[in-house]
Amino acid sequence: MELFVNQILAGIATGAIYACMALAVVMIYQAIDHLNFAQGEMAMFSTFVSWQLMQWGVPYWGAFLLTLILSFIGGILIERLLFKPLAKAPILTHVAGFIALYAIINSVAGLIWDFTIKQYPTPFGSAPFLGSQLISTHQAGMIGVTVLLLIALYVFFQYTRFGLAMRAAASVPESARLVGVNTSWMIALGWGMAAAIGSIAGMLIAPVVFLEPNMMGGVLIYGFAAAVLGGLTSPFGAVVGGFLVGIFENLAGTYIPGVGNELKLPIALALIITVLVVKPAGLFGRPIVKRV
Amino acid sequence: MSAVQEAVTAAPAIEAVPKRAMTLGTGTSLLVLALLIAMPLFVKNFIIFQMTMLLVYGLAVLALNILTGGSGQFSLGQSAFYAVGAYTSAILMEHAGVNYALTLPVAGVICFAFGFLFGQPALRLSGVYLALATFALATAMPQLLKLGYFEHWTGGVQGLVVTKPDAPEVVQSVLSWFHLKMSQDMWLYYFTLAITIAIYIFSVNLLKSRSGRAFMAIRDNEIAASAMGVDVALYKTLAFGVSAGITGVAGGLGAIAVQFVAPDSFTIQLAIALFLGMVVGGVGWLPGSIVGSAFIIFVPNIAEGISKGLSGAVFGVILFLVIFLVPHGARQVALVAQHLIGQFKKR
Amino acid sequence: MPAKRKLLIAAIATGAFAFASTGGALAQKKYDDGATDTEIKIGNIMPYSGPASAYGVIGKTEAAYFNKINAEGGINGRKINFITYDDGYSPPKAVEQARKLVESDEVLLIFNPLGTPSNSAIQKYLNAKKVPQLFVATGATKWDEPKEFPWTMGWQPSYQSEARIYAKYLIKTKPDAKIAVLYQNDDFGKDYLKGLKDGLGAKSSMIMAEESYEASEPSIDNHIVKLKASGADVFISITTPKFAAQAIKKLAEMNWTPLHIVSNVSASVGGVIKPAGFENAQGILSAAYAKDGADAQWDNDPGMKKFYGFLAKYDADANKLDGSVVYGYGVAQTMVKVLELCGDNLTRENVMKQAASLKSFTPDTLLPGVTINTSATDFAPIKQLQMMRFKGEKWELFGDVISSELSN
Repeated sequence: MELFVNQILAGIATGAIYACMALAVVMIYQAIDHLNFAQGEMAMFSTFVSWQLMQWGVPYWGAFLLTLILSFIGGILIERLLFKPLAKAPILTHVAGFIALYAIINSVAGLIWDFTIKQYPTPFGSAPFLGSQLISTHQAGMIGVTVLLLIALYVFFQYTRFGLAMRAAASVPESARLVGVNTSWMIALGWGMAAAIGSIAGMLIAPVVFLEPNMMGGVLIYGFAAAVLGGLTSPFGAVVGGFLVGIFENLAGTYIPGVGNELKLPIALALIITVLVVKPAGLFGRPIVKRV
Repeated sequence: MSAVQEAVTAAPAIEAVPKRAMTLGTGTSLLVLALLIAMPLFVKNFIIFQMTMLLVYGLAVLALNILTGGSGQFSLGQSAFYAVGAYTSAILMEHAGVNYALTLPVAGVICFAFGFLFGQPALRLSGVYLALATFALATAMPQLLKLGYFEHWTGGVQGLVVTKPDAPEVVQSVLSWFHLKMSQDMWLYYFTLAITIAIYIFSVNLLKSRSGRAFMAIRDNEIAASAMGVDVALYKTLAFGVSAGITGVAGGLGAIAVQFVAPDSFTIQLAIALFLGMVVGGVGWLPGSIVGSAFIIFVPNIAEGISKGLSGAVFGVILFLVIFLVPHGARQVALVAQHLIGQFKKR
Repeated sequence: MPAKRKLLIAAIATGAFAFASTGGALAQKKYDDGATDTEIKIGNIMPYSGPASAYGVIGKTEAAYFNKINAEGGINGRKINFITYDDGYSPPKAVEQARKLVESDEVLLIFNPLGTPSNSAIQKYLNAKKVPQLFVATGATKWDEPKEFPWTMGWQPSYQSEARIYAKYLIKTKPDAKIAVLYQNDDFGKDYLKGLKDGLGAKSSMIMAEESYEASEPSIDNHIVKLKASGADVFISITTPKFAAQAIKKLAEMNWTPLHIVSNVSASVGGVIKPAGFENAQGILSAAYAKDGADAQWDNDPGMKKFYGFLAKYDADANKLDGSVVYGYGVAQTMVKVLELCGDNLTRENVMKQAASLKSFTPDTLLPGVTINTSATDFAPIKQLQMMRFKGEKWELFGDVISSELSN
């Protein structure tokens, strides 16, 4: 029983990592209607930038804020320079573009900062949380920030004009343009916000997994999986999805005999696919209605 | 988010390639064929090996073209089928002593079944969800191959070494009349070429046939196709099956050419590379498969030559340049060339 | 015989003798592909991209080292042409690059190719082509099989031999230990685990919990949770640097203080211990065969001084705290020694012969007492390790240099 509880708690802790990333994934999906493979690398790069700022003496929160702003601008720049010219190209070409971006960012990060791991500070400390040795204060802090971010995003999309405009631009661009929404800039804004959220995810994840150019590779897959499980249209779903994936993965690894440990990721992914077959829009996603 | 999808007026996710433009003209085809047949006589064994791999990956990209370009289903998981084909060939050759040529149909059939079965749950998924499901399959495959249960056959993490076949006795003796010898590499190349041509012709005919039309109807507008009586479920899974089968054969050939299989040979990187090959070659344009294959084999080498530390970045930049200049891939280049030649002829 | 005729015969004899010996000296210069009067071409395959790109720095260090040798006049007057290609840790790509090196670039030998999968893929080909696959950069035990693969030779102590040393240590000092093992689910982890079990022999039941993890997992924290629950009091970490650091950190966070043994691959002060936190790493055990660039105790060591000098002049942005850099230097130095011993006979056969006759060779970066020895039946150049314990901010070696012969 104790092991069960422990694994759930540990699952929540790792799930927080996935939930963070999943939020960024949902953000970009809201803006451009597809998944960006380079999301993880952009987050990693932002985290390195913040690390570099701290190396140069900038205090933690200063670096954090500065990185947020730089990432936001960076996201917009990438969209304007690299993806706007592709606006008329087929979707598959866009995906190729994401892959190219992934390769470029990963390679440049490796060149600038090399591949040895770096310690990354946390503002929350590493003491056991509430005496529990399974969740550290940092991980609790991570969960807290994720929830805050989630609330902020929800408010943004539901109750602000920008949020509404962005949703309109992504789902029904023709109609949105007719009512005066600048769809092109909405996409750029979406990229900027996704980059900013991604950078927060990176800065929260790095203290746990250690900072290095390949740190986000595994996380991104989980982020996608969590986002899809929770429903790509729902930030709330993304966060819940993240925790569910973390917990389920741990339980599968502990209780499925023999292969459970070695097939953790495939089992988690199989679960998600099963859910999708039953509920194609994810657990909390809005069902898609196809008008013929 | 997208609560309402305009299925009729929205642009199709994958654009249609006009049937006439699906293949090269007869003249060009014959020219390319002649080049492919003559090339090994003039180059070193290593280049022949690279060309064999070119054909092998070309086959895999071709399979993906049938699946995505033909029936409109995204797949980022072809590496899983490639792996199954490769391991089938390797296991049959090394553990059961089966002749290499016979392992290929077996690999093809097993992968067809595998693809067909995978196509079933995939029926309910589309677009990004299908991409994720296939991505999951590709990620799971190396793990499955490493499993302790199968270690006795698969060699586990260490993999299996595969013996390369010699040219058959008949061919050797005929050549010896002319005082020529055929190296293992050259024989394997011609063997692969023969299979590639056969599969290419099969694929072209498949796409021009009723099944092919069914695929394309599904790709362009699934609901309309279903309304017109196309058995969507059957054709979608069939497309997956055929695509997987061809990829499996490619995998088997690849295993023989490289002489080694290991879980690390078949990671998600391979699936992504095949996907890129399809995009660069031109989605749905079968001859483009070879261009795409050339891209994924040679451009990383070029990138490495330019800068060792930034080889990934150089590759990314080249890829961006390609998709900026020709967003529709090599097919666009061919169309432009055709147009220019047409104009030239008019004068 | 009249004096004049004697003189004539003597002169002719001397002339003939002189002619014969110069003819003999000319005949002694023997070359295979890749070696000429002015150059020796060395091939290399490294993962500069992909999941193992952290090890690409080894190739860079080796290139810099060969630059240094060339700047100092080369080997017996010949410059080294170091040709290195990226395989992205993918076996098919490694095969392609190996064939390119041998058939297109026509190198004399392939030096320090990295990664067990890549090396497994090219081993048969290189042995069939009779091209040396020298000083392979992996600790897998299978590179020491001179009868079956006479052209393949390892360099570093094999994983199994290192694991056996830990097993012996535990049997001796903690015979009632309850061991928990965390290992990476690949050739490295599995080879190590085998060595551990073989070393424990009849007492392999001391291992009460085994957890494997994939290199693609972001964090191994949950595995640690599971292992702690097993109640073990010894924790063996068969992990690569990133995960070793995560384990050290998590153990500290969980307040779990078993006897912690970490594999040599992840014993780098700069690469693992420092990021994980010195205070968390007190008392950790490991073993080493080379000196650590972050350890101040070697600052005045003549060998390490040469190493630091080399870095300052030829590889200024290298991170000297990275164990891979030290590794690259040591293995490159061994290669240069072998080529020097070849003299003017630069055939592939002679290269292997010289590599298999190293006696008590000590590169600058190996621990005092650890030497390189090879023979026609012994293709494992380094077989010795010394155990060490982490104290304060550095490793403290203790005990003797242990030979990890597989026989005992």
